[in-house]
Amino acid sequence: MQDPSNGPLATQATSSFTEHLQRSRPELLPFNQALPAGSVPPSPHATTIVALTYAGGVLMAGDRRATMGNVIASRHIEKVFPADEYSVLGIAGTAGLAIDITRLFQVELEHYEKIEGTLLSLVGKANRLGAMIRGNLPMAMQGMAVIPLFAGFDHVSGVGRLFSYDVTGGRYEEQEHHSVGSGSVFARGALKKLWKPNLSEEAAVAVAVEALYDAADDDSATGGPDPVRQLWPVVYTVNRAGNRRVPERDLAAIAGAIVESRAIAGREA
Amino acid sequence: MTQQFYVSPEQLMKDRADFARKGIARGRSVVVISCADGIALIAENPSPSLHKIGEIYDKIAFAAVGKYNEFESLRQAGVRYADVRGYSYDREDVTARGLASVYAQSLGAVFTAEQKPFEVELAVAEVGATQEQDHLYRLTFDGSIADENGFVVMGGLAEQISDVVSGAWEAELTLAGAMRLALRALAADKELEALPATAVEAAVLYRASESHRGSRRAFRRLLPEDMTRLLTEEA
Repeated sequence: MQDPSNGPLATQATSSFTEHLQRSRPELLPFNQALPAGSVPPSPHATTIVALTYAGGVLMAGDRRATMGNVIASRHIEKVFPADEYSVLGIAGTAGLAIDITRLFQVELEHYEKIEGTLLSLVGKANRLGAMIRGNLPMAMQGMAVIPLFAGFDHVSGVGRLFSYDVTGGRYEEQEHHSVGSGSVFARGALKKLWKPNLSEEAAVAVAVEALYDAADDDSATGGPDPVRQLWPVVYTVNRAGNRRVPERDLAAIAGAIVESRAIAGREA
Repeated sequence: MTQQFYVSPEQLMKDRADFARKGIARGRSVVVISCADGIALIAENPSPSLHKIGEIYDKIAFAAVGKYNEFESLRQAGVRYADVRGYSYDREDVTARGLASVYAQSLGAVFTAEQKPFEVELAVAEVGATQEQDHLYRLTFDGSIADENGFVVMGGLAEQISDVVSGAWEAELTLAGAMRLALRALAADKELEALPATAVEAAVLYRASESHRGSRRAFRRLLPEDMTRLLTEEA
């Protein structure tokens, strides 16, 4: 703990946890390392995330697979997390860094809330995440990129909003729906056909699960629903009341219905 | 060069302690009560924005009396300490005991080494799964630390208020019961039976917040309307 009586506290005071770590414990930051020359050995990569808006909110879903080259590194990985009460983020890219950046972002938001006594605005949160991704740029240049997708409920305008990022930390607001990760091209194609304005929450969850199903169909790095191990995508919804994780039971029923309808259709995709 | 007068260390410490005590005695009081539903924190504070009670971590809260700028900087330092610790180890590894001992060191160092001691008194509360696992620490301006049982009273009228609370406190109190007791105790020097809900700042650390409230963060600030509802519905 810094001694509060020591030095010009007011100029040191920051509401940002990341800035505080940069000053006092830079070694704890996930992206603050100088890497030696050479290539990074294979490490797990997280894959597809989809997000879409619906009437009164926004939701985000991610499959459960992490890959390392041609190997499935994990069937259980979770890639969508609540950032705070009113926002969620999903991550694609180098899993080890991405999970630590997520953790840092969660603490960043909570830290601000505790120090300032109020929540950051949604765009403020989105900008902080962009700054962290920019901080990770040197690692990205070594082949360890992290690409998040951020969604939250904006209390000022009363709607759910979506933000995507590029590897340099650029932040772009997305309309209607978006996806990131290796299977994102296929998921996006599915979303274009399945998404409609003013979807209900249940319908929106089904659209997200089906988009991930289509991504898993064509992308070997994306995992489909797994009835053997009872593994379903992780889905979070965010609306005025806050975020909520969709229960496994509901997802099992939705995934079951999709597989069944495709089997009945009996067509090539 | 001017000659310094000799002041004995005893006298120096006594002067500093008297100075700090006087500063604290001017302030309004804070009551922290452990009850069946969690830990209630109530401060006599007419300002809705300058808080004396704050959240430190998932299960840990902070309450203070004395000079605002001094305890506010201590609160922020506490939040930083807890967040860094929780981030570098794990959320479970942040404990009230660790935080209280860091506070004790800071307060003690300032008391002996600085121009003037901090004119503050702090309480660090941690809610446990059961009432036996609750921790209440009280820290004074010189860095002394006390592990309190059941409740903590701090501030100018600590003794009078403490008498009222200790007379009526029992482990089975509900949250509403604890709030009523605190409001009655805080009115000890006034013509009133109890303080109105608008004259206090209140917060709770809920027990078992994961299962009951769906959040690992147990701390919740109670707005005056929350207080009024709480006090009427279980009267």
